[in-house]
Amino acid sequence: MAVLLLGEVNNGELSVDATAKAVTAAKSLGDVTVLCAGASAAAAGEAAAKIDGVAKVLVAEDASLSHRLAEPTAALIVSLAGDYSHIVAPATTDAKNVMPRVAALLDVMVISDVSGVVDADTFERPIYAGNAIQTVKSKDSKKVITFRTSTFDAAGEGGSAAVETVSVSDAPSLSSWIEDKVAESDRPELTSAKIVVSGGRGVGSEEDFKVIEALADKLGAAVGASRAAVDSGFAPNDWQVGQTGKVVAPELYIAAGISGAIQHLAGMKDSKIIVAINKDEEAPIFQVADFGLVADLFDAVPELTSKL
Amino acid sequence: MKVLVPVKRVIDYNVKARVKADGSGVDLANVKMSMNPFDEIAVEEAIRLKEKGAVEEIVVVSIGVKQAQETLRTALAMGADRAILVVAADDVHTDIEPLAVAKILAKIVEEEAPKMVILGKQAIDNDMNATGQMLAALLGWGQATFASEVVVEGEAANVTREVDGGLQTIEVKLPAIVTTDLRLNEPRYASLPNIMKAKKKPLDEKTAADYGVDVSPRLEVVKTTEPEARQAGEMVPDVDTLIAKLKEKGVV
Repeated sequence: MAVLLLGEVNNGELSVDATAKAVTAAKSLGDVTVLCAGASAAAAGEAAAKIDGVAKVLVAEDASLSHRLAEPTAALIVSLAGDYSHIVAPATTDAKNVMPRVAALLDVMVISDVSGVVDADTFERPIYAGNAIQTVKSKDSKKVITFRTSTFDAAGEGGSAAVETVSVSDAPSLSSWIEDKVAESDRPELTSAKIVVSGGRGVGSEEDFKVIEALADKLGAAVGASRAAVDSGFAPNDWQVGQTGKVVAPELYIAAGISGAIQHLAGMKDSKIIVAINKDEEAPIFQVADFGLVADLFDAVPELTSKL
Repeated sequence: MKVLVPVKRVIDYNVKARVKADGSGVDLANVKMSMNPFDEIAVEEAIRLKEKGAVEEIVVVSIGVKQAQETLRTALAMGADRAILVVAADDVHTDIEPLAVAKILAKIVEEEAPKMVILGKQAIDNDMNATGQMLAALLGWGQATFASEVVVEGEAANVTREVDGGLQTIEVKLPAIVTTDLRLNEPRYASLPNIMKAKKKPLDEKTAADYGVDVSPRLEVVKTTEPEARQAGEMVPDVDTLIAKLKEKGVV
């Protein structure tokens, strides 16, 4: 059995962390071939070849693949699909956009956000915002899967896979890229950060989120937010941790002013150490926290920032 | 133009899902059900496009059990014009997979010829995040997923998308698929007069067989279990104690 893994490539650069976690998840399914696609993808291909456990790398370069648009990327994957029993990707927003399209083109079901591999046909995935874990057995001839990266450790370096170039056939242009608004930040990426500091509705305003950001910067952490904070306009959506946002599992997760709605817990409960700071001692977040502090976040968070 | 908005009846998002003791699934008997929140955003977006004059007719469709009629009435009360119910299951615990749903929707698109289908990005029960992308594939249409802004301009739509690390704006040729993310809009509540009026709006009832689509699942559910519970830890009295504990654990 052979696995085709869509590498996470942005502007020609491989996101090694997300890709290497998916490699770990996919290894037991067969030899892993990583596909790196983009307007330029050769450098990404070289980086993918170094990931431990990668058997082969395919590089596809074409202007149509430059902005991770779903239609040309899916067409490319389908053109390569014949050789593989499993077509997989880390569950990033790009892959979640592309992989269901691939699955439908192949007339198979997609298996999204897989958190565990039981065997080549059987997979575990969270449903109902992580309130249940479902084990599903696929009857399809090919499996199209996205892996929830937070539940797999990244594969190390040390591989030296062969790199091949594949040709890209013309696909009709259905959409075109206009612009990216990437949040410029020196902070680590939310899903791969070792420490995440998150704020919730209790932070009260966009202005006051600076208190959260100051602690994050002191710790070299990423900043997260609950859905309530995002809905209230205190924080951008790409900071959202939860069922409808990002799923994280850092070494340390600090939740300040977050009550702990089910949908938020689904996004962070696999963190190694959870700290909750909330003035409401009844807040459900304390039921999952390793260390709870009942305090006003506007006192406790700045104190933490100054004393750490 | 005409817009099609598929809506799903799911467990209300304020209700905690409970796994059945026999591991066969989540208990949905006598549980409050509502429209999937992302689908509410989709209905709202269609109504706003209609209010701006970009859309003439909004058709809502639901595929599932007969009780999904209530969900369609909610969409009609919000402002949709007409509804199609496709009965594809008898038991409220039967979840029709996104691939089968997309196949039925593709047939409805053939009949109705909408210029745009707006769907929620994911249903909060199976969390698949797949139907819109699958429908786009089956129709050979372009897709703009996870939308936070939709602007229709002639034969195209400019859609801003929520992606890892920020926002991406793309132009997608019509007809196209749009799936909604949280910040696209805040759905309205239906007023009482509109709820009354919605009862008189047309609702067609069909079955999956009418569209010749096999809805048997590709994924067999082996079991459904509770996630491993996390143990509550200890309460600390002050910041100094917290810092000491974190240092002890070696995380700061």
